[in-house]
Amino acid sequence: MDVKFERQDKTLTVFLRGEIDHHAAGGLREQIDGAVVSSGVSCLILDFSEVSFMDSSGIGLILGRYKRMCARGGRLQVCGVNARYLAMMKMAGMEKLGILYTEESATNESDE
Amino acid sequence: MKAMNETRITFLSRSANEGFARSAVAAFISQLDPAVDQLSDIRVALSEAVTNCIVHAYPDSIGTITVTVRLYEDGKVVIKVRDKGRGIPDIAQAMEPMYTTGGEDRSGLGFLVMETFVDKLRVRSKVGSGTTVTLEKYIHLRQTDKPV
Repeated sequence: MDVKFERQDKTLTVFLRGEIDHHAAGGLREQIDGAVVSSGVSCLILDFSEVSFMDSSGIGLILGRYKRMCARGGRLQVCGVNARYLAMMKMAGMEKLGILYTEESATNESDE
Repeated sequence: MKAMNETRITFLSRSANEGFARSAVAAFISQLDPAVDQLSDIRVALSEAVTNCIVHAYPDSIGTITVTVRLYEDGKVVIKVRDKGRGIPDIAQAMEPMYTTGGEDRSGLGFLVMETFVDKLRVRSKVGSGTTVTLEKYIHLRQTDKPV
């Protein structure tokens, strides 16, 4: 699992690549939380377009980051999710939490 | 019906083995030439079951997890994930979506994900002895109605 960070003003985009399972989630949590705190951003975007595998540990990762961003008065966005990940997110009731999600990768927005 | 092929793998309850278990089981099932989606479904369900053993069965120690995979001619795949850990006191409660006794970032969705991605899920457990999770999924063989 590898991670790439991209900062633009008050937004931090995290490009996740590889497999997100329980084993990977612990390290990811620390890296992402650390980056949010040190950059002081108010918007966190998690890009899943290069994620080759995800189980419910990935859902826990999203939910945990959502709680932390809310606690900071910020917001979370999830993008690059395929139908399978979307189905899992819906199981967690994420639509009701108002987490924005799209199927497009975050890079599409910056390719202008 | 007798299984036409079977494998059993045993490994320690270390999280580094979650990916190994997924790969091993997927490699074994690939002889049935499953559709990508169906293989992905099985990988996710299997990952949930193995993770449960690592996170819950042996919370403060390292134990063994045994995964048995049986393949049947009609495309049925039966996977058993067994541990000898602390067991589940209330299976119905454990299987409630969002219920978790895990720590931070645990979504409590493991069983719901398993149920969604396989055809049949069975859980047997005894406190102090261990737990067996059985996942059953029918793979649609590419050549319809022909046994492999």
